[in-house]
Amino acid sequence: MSDTLLKVEDLKIGARIYPPGEKPRNIDIVHGVSFELEKGKVLGLIGESGAGKSTIGLASMAYGRGGVEITGGKVWVNGREILGTNLRDLRKLRGTEVTYVSQSAAASFNPAKKIMEQVIEASLHQGKFSKKEAEARAVELFTKLGLPDPENIGNRYPHQVSGGQLQRCMTALALCPEPDLVVFDEPTTALDVTTQIDVLMAIKDAIRDTGVAALYITHDLAVVAQVSDEIMVLRMGDMVEHGTTDQIINHPVEEYTRDLVSVRSTQHDGKPPTDNPVLTVENVTARYKGTNFDVLHNVTMELHPGQTLAVVGESGSGKSTTARVITGLLPPREGKIHFDGRDLSPDLEGRSREDLRELQMIYQMADVAMNPRQTVGTIIGRPLEFYFGMKGKEKRARIIELLDEIELGVEFIDRYPAELSGGQKQRVCIARALAAKPKVIICDEVTSALDPLVADGILKLLENLQKIENVAYLFITHDLATVKAIADSIAVMYQGRVVRYGPKAEVLAPPFDDYTDLLLSSVPEMRLGWLEEVVQNRKMESAGN
Amino acid sequence: MHPVLKLVAQRLALSTLLLLAASVLIFAGTTILPGDVAQNILGQSATPESLANLRKELGMDQPATTRYFNWLFGALQGDLGTALTNGRDIVDSLGGRLKNTLFLAFWAAVVAVPLAIFLGLLAVRYRERWPDKLISAVTLASISVPEFLIGYVLMYYVGVKLGWAPTVSTIYDSMSLGEKLSAIALPVTVLTMVVLAHMMRMTRAAILNVMQSAYIETAELKGLTSFQVIARHAFPNAIAPVVNVVMLNLAYLVVGVVVVEVVFVYPGMGQYLVDHVAKRDVPVVQACGLIFAAVYIGLNMVADIVSILANPRLRHPK
Repeated sequence: MSDTLLKVEDLKIGARIYPPGEKPRNIDIVHGVSFELEKGKVLGLIGESGAGKSTIGLASMAYGRGGVEITGGKVWVNGREILGTNLRDLRKLRGTEVTYVSQSAAASFNPAKKIMEQVIEASLHQGKFSKKEAEARAVELFTKLGLPDPENIGNRYPHQVSGGQLQRCMTALALCPEPDLVVFDEPTTALDVTTQIDVLMAIKDAIRDTGVAALYITHDLAVVAQVSDEIMVLRMGDMVEHGTTDQIINHPVEEYTRDLVSVRSTQHDGKPPTDNPVLTVENVTARYKGTNFDVLHNVTMELHPGQTLAVVGESGSGKSTTARVITGLLPPREGKIHFDGRDLSPDLEGRSREDLRELQMIYQMADVAMNPRQTVGTIIGRPLEFYFGMKGKEKRARIIELLDEIELGVEFIDRYPAELSGGQKQRVCIARALAAKPKVIICDEVTSALDPLVADGILKLLENLQKIENVAYLFITHDLATVKAIADSIAVMYQGRVVRYGPKAEVLAPPFDDYTDLLLSSVPEMRLGWLEEVVQNRKMESAGN
Repeated sequence: MHPVLKLVAQRLALSTLLLLAASVLIFAGTTILPGDVAQNILGQSATPESLANLRKELGMDQPATTRYFNWLFGALQGDLGTALTNGRDIVDSLGGRLKNTLFLAFWAAVVAVPLAIFLGLLAVRYRERWPDKLISAVTLASISVPEFLIGYVLMYYVGVKLGWAPTVSTIYDSMSLGEKLSAIALPVTVLTMVVLAHMMRMTRAAILNVMQSAYIETAELKGLTSFQVIARHAFPNAIAPVVNVVMLNLAYLVVGVVVVEVVFVYPGMGQYLVDHVAKRDVPVVQACGLIFAAVYIGLNMVADIVSILANPRLRHPK
């Protein structure tokens, strides 16, 4: 019992929700979860959104976010039951014994205060260290976490450092008061893959060196496999499976866990390019209005009928800007867009209704891409009216047909977006794009906001629709697993340039250029020891150079 | 050039332009006012010749644009002309009045601004509970009652019945600071009640908006108390909107005190203005208008500049 740091027994958590048009009611988020965590160990909590991971993590600090309330069960930290204690004692626990690292460090740092001030605040407030001691410890942590210029980085404001650096500062913030337990809530999810690897390694080293215990919350099983000793799989507020990392990854017992482990197995054999591309981007150079630097340099790529071109790169690489140029939202400074044998007008005003119809778009955030006050039927029916002048029965029949194609039933026709799940919303957006009978659909990170299993379903749907409708996809993504799953050709973008381009088999086969190599080797693989291997390889490479 | 300096310079230039535009409006507005100063001075029995002579003497026979530029250049050199009614230099008689108005506004601000911000913080701390509702109700009620009514009610109960404060707030240069403060206690109370609600509600709204941010959760999870979270983490990010509304109310304290000054017989600019409007003394009205416009534009400019300075992204660029 002496080694047990955190003990959770039959934890029940609920929330009060306010559904539109109905009376507020209480729902259960977590129904009776129990586990124990020993000192210095890392437990990974994994599951899809709505599984209750973050809620359980925050419950270890007796904190409920928003209207969330802990309704039952017991939580012991260092042998003390914390759910029954008063707020004053809880404040002593928070920020000293248990600390928290959130998903978005950019949002979790106060923009008006210097980093150092925020990192040492909890230690000073709780009287754990003097200002001098706390600052010395912070600098030590900055060094350990591999931040540049650790002596002075604390004097900067949050907006003056990069996202990956800020995430490491957040880890320093959590470790500074020498806590016994740190709750990491998706600490690398918002980062680019190449940045994720450094942050992940920094976190792992820091956990090992300080001997702190951790709850590591993520939806990415491959990531959690790298850092945790044990994994607990959660689904809709219930525990599915709990075991050592090795057991969960290599010998999962439950079917749901097996699905999670195998989710990245979708494969797609690339088709060879045809003679007549449907869309050609030719030497496009573009900049945003009011700036004096180009964000795209000489971008060239081709999309063939009925095929998928994946445009892959990290944030800021120019993927979405390329889409804006193609759609006419950002007229290029130089270069041309050819579409189906004709030149497209560089700006939106110059394009005909046919041009607009044949080039449709699906967005990352399905929620904000739909009018919340229109029904699914109205949303899908709009392009039918606009492009084909359909009305009444004819329109309704076509809407039902489209709903059928996206594997939703006729009963969805009168529902509002708020009544749909994330995956269903994205399906409606797909149907809306298909309704125009386009030749090309630009898919901008369409699966990034979705859980892996749901995203997998969307990818399968897109692939089926491509076979039926012979539509071509320009698929923008930062996720290489998605690329492997659906692409025929790939364009790798980096800092506004296409650094590697060709059929999938060629692009993904060595020899690689430096950037593609970095990108490919940074995608977490679902096996133990992958992280150390990659970091080791990189060290050897840089030593060799 | 540092981007902040550039932004500040822009605000200064814009304010100057705005003030110039305001001077045109003031001049045009007072020029097209019905009525004739000469007629007013000489009375109904004046002969056409004497009227024409007086107009000429006052420079009324020149075209409006010439008069405008003469007036503007005079004002730029600190010469606002002479009052038509008593022939005294306007700057001389206005100087003391302006000082008195600023004195009253200053002390009203000293009481009202910290009180409003403190009440705003308190309302956030106890949001949707009785202290919040009480603060909202009281401040709203006080802003809803016309200020002259509050003035007379206070005068009657506090001044006459209880005898705690003088009912007439006339102050003289010979009075000590303590005597002056005691004299203006009632008008300061009235002004505070008038401007409090606006500033307090804006503070509350701005901070509540910030309270949704993720960094507030971070602060709560550090074990800080609610008030520490609000004052240290929420307030610094709510400065810009709060400063804007504070400046707007400070401007009101200078420009909008006419009624209160008249009610309490306070020798400030408002009373001076009202007297001379009644007498159709156009140069005095113009001078007061110009000073009010300058105060208004100046304070709003300060609000803009403080908002810029409060933004760490502008203060410390990458």
